[in-house]
Amino acid sequence: MSIYVDESTKVIVHGLTGGQARFHGLRNRDYGTKVVAGVNPAKGGQDVEGIPVFATAAEARQATGATASFISVPAKVAPASILEAAAAGVELVVCITEGIPAQDEARVYSELRHNYPGTRLIGPNCPGLISPGKCNIGITAGDIALPGGPVGIVSRSGTLTYQALYELKEMGIGVTTCVGIGGDPVPGTTFLDCLEAFEADPETRAVMMIGEIGGTEEEKAAEFISSQMSKPVVSYIAGVTAPPGRRMGHAGAIISGTKGTAKAKMDALRAAGARVALNPTEAGQFMAEVVKSL
Amino acid sequence: MDLFEYQGKQYFARYGIPVSPGDVALTPDEVVATADRLGYPVVVKAQVQVGGRGKAGGIKLAGDAAQARAHAEAIIGMDIKGHKVKRVWVEHASDIAREYYASFTLDRGAKKHLAMVSAKGGVEIEQVAEEDPSAIARLHIDPFEGFSPEQARRLVEEAGLDEEARAGATDVLLKLYRCFVEGDADLVEVNPLVLTPDGRVHALDAKVTLDDNAAFRHPEWEELAGVAEMDDRERLARKLGLQYVGLDGYVGVIANGAGLAMSTCDVVNQVGGSPANFLDIGGGASAEVMANALEVITSDPNVRSILVNIFGGITRGEEVANGIVTALARVDITVPMVVRLDGTNAEQGRQILSTVEGEKLVSAASMMEAARTAVELAGVQR
Repeated sequence: MSIYVDESTKVIVHGLTGGQARFHGLRNRDYGTKVVAGVNPAKGGQDVEGIPVFATAAEARQATGATASFISVPAKVAPASILEAAAAGVELVVCITEGIPAQDEARVYSELRHNYPGTRLIGPNCPGLISPGKCNIGITAGDIALPGGPVGIVSRSGTLTYQALYELKEMGIGVTTCVGIGGDPVPGTTFLDCLEAFEADPETRAVMMIGEIGGTEEEKAAEFISSQMSKPVVSYIAGVTAPPGRRMGHAGAIISGTKGTAKAKMDALRAAGARVALNPTEAGQFMAEVVKSL
Repeated sequence: MDLFEYQGKQYFARYGIPVSPGDVALTPDEVVATADRLGYPVVVKAQVQVGGRGKAGGIKLAGDAAQARAHAEAIIGMDIKGHKVKRVWVEHASDIAREYYASFTLDRGAKKHLAMVSAKGGVEIEQVAEEDPSAIARLHIDPFEGFSPEQARRLVEEAGLDEEARAGATDVLLKLYRCFVEGDADLVEVNPLVLTPDGRVHALDAKVTLDDNAAFRHPEWEELAGVAEMDDRERLARKLGLQYVGLDGYVGVIANGAGLAMSTCDVVNQVGGSPANFLDIGGGASAEVMANALEVITSDPNVRSILVNIFGGITRGEEVANGIVTALARVDITVPMVVRLDGTNAEQGRQILSTVEGEKLVSAASMMEAARTAVELAGVQR
């Protein structure tokens, strides 16, 4: 099994007719993902390499029974696309768009809670999620991930996620689902959400959690790990050398005053019983040991 | 982007938040001219983005032109906690009956806006929070529902603001919330928010942090950024569109992806070195972006070696390697450079790099090895 997506997930790609959306949408299809529709208000009725394009997400969902949306449109229009997908009844919206203003993000998060509680948003500013061999929505290079489990991965960083997938693959360790929750201040899906889902997924038997400075979501995850998680967790937190008050690339990676430091997060995770690695390579080694002992 | 006080006040004024009349000045002559125009007494305030200006002697009251000049001469050029004062804000001095505090920010944990109001203003809010947390009234605001006049009234009451200040403070709070949301700020803070003896409420200070992601809908921000406190490396990086943060070490770091860039800085530190910067060149690694990144790194005189850490995902190893080779032809590199290339088609990439490998460019197989080599080649005595 996997979390959030599987081989039956049917995906709508917003803006499929051009640019990034076309590139990644077709890549996802080549991987084996069921990309069933595209959306472009000006190009309804056309198709992209055999994938039908509809004017609205609602039409696309009605015609194809799609369950997920993939959004990589520019930051100016991404909030409207997320809400359009939710209004169309799509259950899972994956938004990789970087640079959405925090005010828009907070408003969209809140509007989803109020008006579309059945929709889960992953991202924004994330690489998407992949369940190797089953479904890949986003920009992860599918060939760096080995299918089959037993490891679930959740991460705030794109390249560190790829690094983790790659290291596990090199050691012959498979992954159930790898979720990039993104580096923005108000992610639609949090560490806590993913840990709960991995805990409930019988095929996931260990979890790798990759965090970074800023916010308190890692600390919340630590509480869950100590009180409710039965599966082993290996963690890595980036940003030990990051100075306070500076945004380290990701909008959410900022130490505010004394809050959100890497040390505080590592301490909390260690106290919760997670194995905390000091670098990505060590995280891979720890996970190999954990998997061996399962 | 953090605004200076004077920029924050100008930002506030756009949303109708009352601030004292004033102007920014760069020289003692300008200070006196502005003060003459505003009428005495005036306050001369150092414009630096650091707390404790008053204690450091950066805020002075002047009753006449001679005093204004003397204060201006003392303050302009002064060093406050490592920040050199380049400009001052001159404003007409306010009579103060009471000092309050008000702010809006995003509470990431709650995923809501957080309003904080206190009758104890004029001191650091962190200090109030520690010593007398009950003196701060807090309210979580649902960003979708917004902030209502009724909520503002209740908050002001709960904070225990004086009766005669409540109507004025409610009005300021509503305007401040608009400034926070429509003005795309991460933080708006007024400390102190003052009540004058004649019953007016206005902002005596302004702390505003703008969300860089929203710059696309605020073309006017370009002007604000022009005077931002940035070092030369950061200014160049900004011009070239790179995500760069200057640090104080000597190993120049280039990586793709914010997480990997942070992680690379950490690893340099772990093996006993010290990173000179954080630099994320984004998902790809084209020759142009790589050349720009190398240009910024080599503009830093403290850099003794360069560590390039690239993980190929969709961008394939050979494309990255070709980018590096092309960039090397464009930028003159005088310090040793270590390249670690991993991920998709890394092997082909390393083969391409081997054609330019030599004393100046070394390839490394893993992140740890690359960091160790870069620190070693920096040759800094520890």
